[in-house]
Amino acid sequence: MDVQFLIDNIFTLTITGLVLGSVYALVALGYTMVYGVLQLINFAHSEVFMYGTFAATFTVMALGGTRDTSTGGAILMLLLALVAAMLVSGAIALVLERVAYRPLLRRNAPKLVVLISSIGASFVLAEIMGLRDKITKFVGLDDSLSAYVTRARNNVQFPDVVDPVRLFKIGDYNVNSIDLLILGSAILMMVGVDQFVRRSRLGRGIRAVAQDPESAALMGVNSTRVIQVTFLIGGLMAGAAAFFFVLKYTVTRYDVGFILGVKAFTAAVLGGIGNLRGALLGGLILGVAENYGSALFGTEWKDVVAFLLLVLILLFRPTGLLGEALGKSRA
Amino acid sequence: MTSQENAAAKRTLGERIGALPKPWKITAMVLIAAFFYVLPLLEPPFISTPGADFGAVMFTVATYALVALGLNIVVGYAGLLDLGYVGFYAVGAYSVAVLTTYHAHWPFLLAVPVAVLAAMISGIILGAPTLRVRGDYLAIVTLGFGEIIRLVANNTAWLGEAGGINEIGKPPNADLFDVPHLNWDSGSPLLDVQDKTTVIKFGILDQIPYYWLALTVVIIILFADTLIKDSRVGRAWEATREDEDAAELMGVPTFKFKLLAFAMGAFVGGLSGALYATKTSFINPESFILILSILFVAAVVVGGQGNRWGVIVGAALVGYLPERFRGFEEWRILVFGLALMVLATYRPQGLLPPRRTLRARQVEQEMDALEGESTA
Repeated sequence: MDVQFLIDNIFTLTITGLVLGSVYALVALGYTMVYGVLQLINFAHSEVFMYGTFAATFTVMALGGTRDTSTGGAILMLLLALVAAMLVSGAIALVLERVAYRPLLRRNAPKLVVLISSIGASFVLAEIMGLRDKITKFVGLDDSLSAYVTRARNNVQFPDVVDPVRLFKIGDYNVNSIDLLILGSAILMMVGVDQFVRRSRLGRGIRAVAQDPESAALMGVNSTRVIQVTFLIGGLMAGAAAFFFVLKYTVTRYDVGFILGVKAFTAAVLGGIGNLRGALLGGLILGVAENYGSALFGTEWKDVVAFLLLVLILLFRPTGLLGEALGKSRA
Repeated sequence: MTSQENAAAKRTLGERIGALPKPWKITAMVLIAAFFYVLPLLEPPFISTPGADFGAVMFTVATYALVALGLNIVVGYAGLLDLGYVGFYAVGAYSVAVLTTYHAHWPFLLAVPVAVLAAMISGIILGAPTLRVRGDYLAIVTLGFGEIIRLVANNTAWLGEAGGINEIGKPPNADLFDVPHLNWDSGSPLLDVQDKTTVIKFGILDQIPYYWLALTVVIIILFADTLIKDSRVGRAWEATREDEDAAELMGVPTFKFKLLAFAMGAFVGGLSGALYATKTSFINPESFILILSILFVAAVVVGGQGNRWGVIVGAALVGYLPERFRGFEEWRILVFGLALMVLATYRPQGLLPPRRTLRARQVEQEMDALEGESTA
């Protein structure tokens, strides 16, 4: 127990925790929405995120971003990278729904079987990325794509086109532009999704299916469309999270999604699964708690702290902090 | 064709074996068991694994079968999704490792009961608070548990940290006689006197004695499983799985029985972990990564959850196929993932579903037929 270290670094730990937490929150959104509508754990959502990180990285690489890129060019590149990450993640999420979920849902398969299917899909997606060198060689494109596919199992570096600009100090931590950008846009996006679900016509459909799929279908809600939109929103948000992730941590890998996915799901459960605001709260709390925990007990206990927190919350408040259910949350 | 004839025509292999006269049945069982005991000595072509030691692969298959039997109690019988089963496996393995090395230096046979007990206690500690929460959360809590066990082993000095524990104790030897292996190189079976296995010597290179030990344990657990499944406990699990509220109303203390299922699953998991530890004689946290838990669940679901023979088949596939096709090593997880998706889509009940499911489906069909008549 290193309480002194925690107290000395409380501002740094809190702010970096909040930044990581907002990435968790954005990924958690995908878990929580799919769970709210289908009552299923979308195990492959972590790979949706992983594809986003690669889309962002490859976009900047393809545009030739380096340290020397001018500020204006860099901002344009990053914007394109964000769009690319969101599009790729959204597309992967849609494919996932079509291939791994819809055939099973149509047959009313038991939940466990759908989970197995999504675990399978998760393996397939991760391995395709991990084997991209072999696959491109098979197709004969390995020469032209060699910059992107060599050493497919290793870390891929995000070109550092922008240096974080120090903006102001909180305590002894210099808040930089990237931290502020991530935290601000994550919260904005979460608010946007929340408002979409609460106010729009499609959002009403989502809530209706979450509450009672059969009645919703009888009332004319196209549940397939609703499920698609749910996956799409989750994918778009995971793509944004992926962009912020590579921007902040500047590195990605074919298996980057797994542990982050587990954490994000933990965040969703923490806040109350199916609850959008819960996902935000859960993500932020988890990020900060992890940082405090690793300050107290050492970095190697970081993940243990996260899981213990989850167990404790479930013991004392089994529905999560804000209560569960997408349909019921202030409908 | 009436439904009875239909049912008779569709009798499964298990039912046919069950319908045999008892002496025949026992003879068949003994023969099958004997075949599996000598299988690693036969090293038959096609089945034998070119890239890996066949005895070691058979041992892996046997431990997977054991794990699948244990997990089947939790997932198949009681209907609880446990994604952290590797945690119990690790507790069993680490208990044996610590007790037979370091200061204790216990003999293996003394360490095993303690290891199994430790796994059971960890199951109860995990289950007591979490089995009250909803089923879906159980999945994530158990997932967390499996990771916590691994991380604790990784960060604790007396558990060897990332380096792991060496020189784990072996079971006692009984050097009785040598048996030669078969060699198929020339196309026909020949006795290979160079390649011999000593009965029963738990050495380092020859893995076959460990396989025999594991196979024996599998057979014992199979017997125990049969007895439990057909007992009051088994029926209580089934009732809990199908409808927890109804079971509770009928006077089944569902929480207690779920906890019991968890503890028994942990028992078997710990046992197979102990076997694994003694066979490899070296364990480290890398041996207990999360993906193993998922492979275990996949074995149970692919084989047919709730059917003890089905999950053994599933375990054999999950344990054996990747070793058989080592040449495609890099592609095997990809293929495995595809196989899971295809199976889930086209055969969601698993390769060998339990008989009850077939019967239930038959009733369903009859109901549908009746409804069809009434509307027509």
